[in-house]
Amino acid sequence: MALFGFEPDVWLPVAFAILMGASILAYVILDGYDLGVGILMGNATREERDVMVGSIGPFWDANETWLVLGIGLLLVAFPSAHGVILTALYLPVALMLVGLTLRGVAFEFRVKAQSGLREIWDRIFVAGSLLAAGTQGYMLGFYIMGFEPSFAAHAFAVLTGICLAAGYAFIGATWLVLKTEGALHDRAVGMARTCLWLAAIGMVAVSLATPIASPRIFAKWFSFPEIILLAPIPLVTAGLFLALWIFLRRMPRTDRSLDIVPFVGAVGLFALGFFGFAYSFYPYLVVDRITVWQAAAAPESLMLIFVGACVVLPVIVAYSAFAYWVFRGKATALRYD
Amino acid sequence: MFPTPFEGADPVLLARIQFAANISFHILFPTITIALGWFLLFFKLRYNATRQERWMDAYRLYVKVFALTFALGVVSGITMSFQFGTNWPGFMNAVGNIAGPLLAYEVLTAFFLEASFLGIMLFGFRRVKDWVHTLATFLVAFGTTISAFWILVLNSWMHTPAGFEMRDGVAHATDWFAIVFNPSMPYRLVHMLLASGLTCAFLVAGLSAYRWLRGDRGADVDVGLRTGVAVAAVLIPLQILAGDMHGLNTLQHQPAKVAAMEGNWTTGPNVPLVLFAVPNTAEKRNDFAIEIPNGASLILKHSPSGVVPGLDAFEGKHPPVAPVFYAFRVMVGTGMLMLVVAWFAAWLLWRRGGIGVWTARGLAAMTLSGWVATLAGWYVTEIGRQPWLVTGVLATADAASDVPVALIGSSLAIYLLLYAALIAAYVSVLFYLAGKPAAAMPEDAPKGKLIAASAAARI
Repeated sequence: MALFGFEPDVWLPVAFAILMGASILAYVILDGYDLGVGILMGNATREERDVMVGSIGPFWDANETWLVLGIGLLLVAFPSAHGVILTALYLPVALMLVGLTLRGVAFEFRVKAQSGLREIWDRIFVAGSLLAAGTQGYMLGFYIMGFEPSFAAHAFAVLTGICLAAGYAFIGATWLVLKTEGALHDRAVGMARTCLWLAAIGMVAVSLATPIASPRIFAKWFSFPEIILLAPIPLVTAGLFLALWIFLRRMPRTDRSLDIVPFVGAVGLFALGFFGFAYSFYPYLVVDRITVWQAAAAPESLMLIFVGACVVLPVIVAYSAFAYWVFRGKATALRYD
Repeated sequence: MFPTPFEGADPVLLARIQFAANISFHILFPTITIALGWFLLFFKLRYNATRQERWMDAYRLYVKVFALTFALGVVSGITMSFQFGTNWPGFMNAVGNIAGPLLAYEVLTAFFLEASFLGIMLFGFRRVKDWVHTLATFLVAFGTTISAFWILVLNSWMHTPAGFEMRDGVAHATDWFAIVFNPSMPYRLVHMLLASGLTCAFLVAGLSAYRWLRGDRGADVDVGLRTGVAVAAVLIPLQILAGDMHGLNTLQHQPAKVAAMEGNWTTGPNVPLVLFAVPNTAEKRNDFAIEIPNGASLILKHSPSGVVPGLDAFEGKHPPVAPVFYAFRVMVGTGMLMLVVAWFAAWLLWRRGGIGVWTARGLAAMTLSGWVATLAGWYVTEIGRQPWLVTGVLATADAASDVPVALIGSSLAIYLLLYAALIAAYVSVLFYLAGKPAAAMPEDAPKGKLIAASAAARI
């Protein structure tokens, strides 16, 4: 099936790269806020922790499923790249999985286990969230550096690890601004202000390092007329940072309807950052080594998945939206009855 | 490089152990949630029909068990999605065109469905209309079952591949109907769904018996006990029948696996059924064998003189005998024990209206017996597939990755420690949750009353 004159083996890998990118962006935003809430729980009282868990409880399982879809698409659409990327990231992936496992189970155990163990499970929840966020940031940095086994690449990866954790804490704080009230809401505003700075440092660091690491990416951004066409991206991003900073300084407000603004702003920042990242690397799956076309599976199999995804993904989005609508409004401690 | 404890270890073996550890840990939880979703739907529908609180009380306990179990299934499932590529890159390179769409359809049609409606099922009882809550419970149960369908299609295809052709060492799909409904799929799917039902039935019956033993005589305990025992008593004979048919199907498509299961070293007629033995691989015979003459010929060929292929027919191409042989006996033995316990308890409940202390102890001890039988069964079929990863298409050794041994070994050690700790925590919390209503009873409840109640229940 040709599309706009392109054969399937040309456009299908691109379509899958877009699908995979969208899944990873959905993951980073959605699990980002619940990992962030987990990180911020390290600095909260027992009652606050119950409300914080309550704010993410109905959503976290589905949020993590976007990671399974993103990695699943990498596996099924670009099998050889899946092998190369995940083999290069073997150890951080293993540690991330340990982190995700620990926080996922601590989430359940903290309320179901003997009450004396609750403090311990809460600590495991915080540690697991931090470990997962940090290792994801580390992988991002190491990926940008093209898996180069140098000290500088690892050091940069550590920096992105810290900054992504801060980014998650930021979007987590804006989620708490949206979903909580009272003293916790006010404290969440303060947390959001602090984390906003760290997230900004991270974004600037990645934006500077990426073109330095790859001359090809440098050319993609800084040649004419791209530099003019792409200028809105960093400018809008910078404007959004500034606007968020000003808005957060004027919070808390009495008007609750504006509580959603910082979260929407955070989603905007993540989306802009992700777009810049995707533009830099496209069409490569592994920096300057493997393109989407080189890594793609057979077009017949991809077509089968593509058709299914086009039918099913809108349904998934619809019932995800329904779940968010059911649990709209301010969160409370979770109740099973 | 500095020396590591894993120096000289076989990377393929380590990768296999790691994958086996992860997938064994993972399957424990879906085995419970696949059927527990339908149990919850049953409790909810009974509550809707009768408005009796005991059904909702049972729902509330097992929905917590479901949430805990589901979380463990999700996180261990994420690990799986990474390890397909890191441990077996050759798998996706060779058969990715077939495995890929099956895995993708599992994520798209099942994972999001169950995960999204789980929140409403767990915490939405007071937030949505009652029928929406019931529908959410149904969709979660449906999602877990759809997930089982896709993954068993893929697994069955690895055992009995069909509907494809090889071009330059890569499998290409030619007939998706033949791929999905490959020869062993219907048998394997039914066998696994029944295994899940039995695991869950014994879990619910066992936890109810545990509560009963602790002196909890709530109406929901009775409901759990009766539901669990009834389901177990109905499913176990069906499972024995399904297992037998699956075995005959395996004889047709993977005779070497059946030869290892039976411990049958030589092809011929009048093959005995080996009840127990110690397979001696070096001498190619069984030591200390207890056998029923002509038994295997009768079961597999329905005639005492039926010729059954032995391991000698598959020299160098058959699976390791001992693990398959022992695992098969553990599975069948556990199944027989389930039959005895389930039917005896069902008879007591039906004819005498209640169970005794020893039956309750037996049921409580069998709470996790489904795990034992299910894991043993998976070991039979998966080790029995060796040396192939995909029968006749791809050898396991050819699919392994070149990740350094030290990395595989150290991550394996971390995973093993984590999994051991989590299983211990899971089982302890399971019984803690079940014991809670009893623990919440007033301390000074008259002891005589409890004994009288238990005596009444025994009669």
